[in-house]
Amino acid sequence: MKNNKIDHIISLSNDLRWQMGDEFHDSLAEGIYADAAEIVKASVHKKDEKGAFRIDARIDKIITSKVWGFPLMFLILAVVLWLTIVGANYPSAMLSGLLLDTIHPALKGMASSLGMAWWLDGFLIDGVYLAVAWVIAVMLPPMAIFFPLFTLLEDFGYLPRVAFNLDHLFKLSGAHGKQALTMSMGFGCNAAGIVATRIIDSPRERLIAIITNNFSLCNGRWPTQILIATIFVGALVPASFSGMLSLAAVIGIAVLGMVFMFLVSWGLSKTVLKGEVSTFNLELPPYRPPRFWKTIYTSIIDRTLIVLWRAIVFAAPAGAVIWLISNIYLGDVSVAAWLIDSLDGFGFLLGLNGVILVAYIVAIPANEIVIPTILMLTVLVTGLTAGSGAGVMFELDSVTATGDILRAGGWTLLTAINLMLFSLLHNPCSTTIYTIYKETKSVKWTVVASILPVIMGFVVTFLVAQIWRLLA
Amino acid sequence: MEVKPKSACESCAQFNADGLKKLGVNTNDFDFVVALAGNPNTGKSTVFNAMTGLRQHTGNWPGKTVTRAEGAFEYNKEKFKLVDLPGTYSLLSTSEDEEVARNFILFGKPSVTVIVVDASRLERNLNLVLQILEITNNAVLCLNLMDEAERNNLEIDTRTLAKDLGIPVVPTSARYNKGIPELIQTISELANGKIVCKPHRLKNIPKNIEQALEKLSTEIKQVYPDIPNSRWIALRLLEGDRNIIETLKTGEFV
Repeated sequence: MKNNKIDHIISLSNDLRWQMGDEFHDSLAEGIYADAAEIVKASVHKKDEKGAFRIDARIDKIITSKVWGFPLMFLILAVVLWLTIVGANYPSAMLSGLLLDTIHPALKGMASSLGMAWWLDGFLIDGVYLAVAWVIAVMLPPMAIFFPLFTLLEDFGYLPRVAFNLDHLFKLSGAHGKQALTMSMGFGCNAAGIVATRIIDSPRERLIAIITNNFSLCNGRWPTQILIATIFVGALVPASFSGMLSLAAVIGIAVLGMVFMFLVSWGLSKTVLKGEVSTFNLELPPYRPPRFWKTIYTSIIDRTLIVLWRAIVFAAPAGAVIWLISNIYLGDVSVAAWLIDSLDGFGFLLGLNGVILVAYIVAIPANEIVIPTILMLTVLVTGLTAGSGAGVMFELDSVTATGDILRAGGWTLLTAINLMLFSLLHNPCSTTIYTIYKETKSVKWTVVASILPVIMGFVVTFLVAQIWRLLA
Repeated sequence: MEVKPKSACESCAQFNADGLKKLGVNTNDFDFVVALAGNPNTGKSTVFNAMTGLRQHTGNWPGKTVTRAEGAFEYNKEKFKLVDLPGTYSLLSTSEDEEVARNFILFGKPSVTVIVVDASRLERNLNLVLQILEITNNAVLCLNLMDEAERNNLEIDTRTLAKDLGIPVVPTSARYNKGIPELIQTISELANGKIVCKPHRLKNIPKNIEQALEKLSTEIKQVYPDIPNSRWIALRLLEGDRNIIETLKTGEFV
């Protein structure tokens, strides 16, 4: 009885819809706007024409202009990175002095006075503790600078202008203009960027945005880029220019990431994800003076500490794994040495080495621990005495000492450049992979989004290595 | 002209600091559910934070909140659960981030819906307000970003606005915690039935649509007599919204 009635209602609605025709939606919208206009007319009065709207419009004219829009964008990116790189040095050195040079020996001392078994002591203190300490010392300072700066730009209202500037490029590549927003979020954290793709209505364009978000260098990868660029690229020129050149190299990689984002978006939209570019309205919000201290406080509490906590949660077990593979022996070689040895040939083809590839496998849970893993494994392979023993993750006090170890491990400028490229082009971290699955609910697309960047990384580093060796 | 009332005035009856307790994420055993709806980038999350004491991340770009966040506050011994919905320009569209907001306002049965609008862009914001008022009987207009409206030399006659819309209007500047005590007081009065709304219903709809709506909603009411927003369901049916057709079949909104 009830079902009949509902069917009747539905068929009635279908009939009525036919009778009214196409104009229904438009005339409804017009009706709503007419009501809105009447109401506003009765209650809103404008005192005079001058006001903040004009100032906003004037700022917009400059930062969204064809001439100044892009240079300003890169300038702002450069300033933010510069402040992050330069500003993070001092607190990083302090933290590593405290956590690695003071607390670590103290813990070791306590463990030996308690008579702790060597393997438990090694596993917990040299594995888990050191991994966590490294992540805090290296990641906390740049994040505590980068995130608040980024949040200030966000609160000021700059992000939608970036989207406005990049809209044309995204459209050309068959993607949604709002992808500029999710891309910007990805510069902080890819998982956050992928959740943010919900603002894109069209499933096709949303998938493109999800798959290509990994090309935004995330927070876990900035420190790797900065460190390697400082050691190898900065060293090419006299000391007074080395800061500028390293900065340029890092920005170059970030921009290259954006180029790949456009290329892959374009490729996807021309092949498996064909379709029309959807139009949308982008509201350019008014500029709002950020509430400075409040923004600093909340971005440190909400973003920095949450991301740091995640890194620690993943770094602790990874530290344990590194220690284990270095101390479990197959015959007379450790698992780590065996892995490195078997991957060395493939690594050479890519202009990398076995150590780097093993480090990237171990570091799937968190990109942040790639560099310490590489250092630790390099020491293991070269038999240098700089570290504190097999499988002990450590950070060297000075950038020069880190460079010496890497060079002893056979690193050249090519290795460094290809590491920077591979850091940009490899699989997303496990959190991001899980987020992709949650957002797409598709194993297929999760696999595509995870594998595609690695394959690209292999191809790009291979090509660079071959051309480099041909020319050199 | 001073449009907003002074919120820090302790002698004011509306300033009831002792009665207010921000409960953060503790949303157990609430008495009322309050939904926070509005266009993108009108400061919903800021209003949410000011009321619950939480620090839901805020940002100056449309589309920042994509999932709904929940928090709570206690006022005069009654607990209110507050749901921060993603911003939406309209209830008539079909995008995924906006669906969360649409479904909650329609089927989540909030006791009170707070509609947050940008005071300096009122006309455009009213599009959504008028749509929400078609659905619910208990709503309050939170006229946010009053500081910006003042900077833009706009004067808003909140009494006329409240009269025209048929719901209470509270001017706020949530970033500076202004107007929040008044908003909480109004929410409490609405939830307890001390304020009764007579929400504005659309007037400028063409006659043929109006008749079709009337016809359909009468039929819907016969099947589901308790449903408060049959007119809206009728509207969606005329649009051919598949979700609504499904819900109508399963009857899940009752």
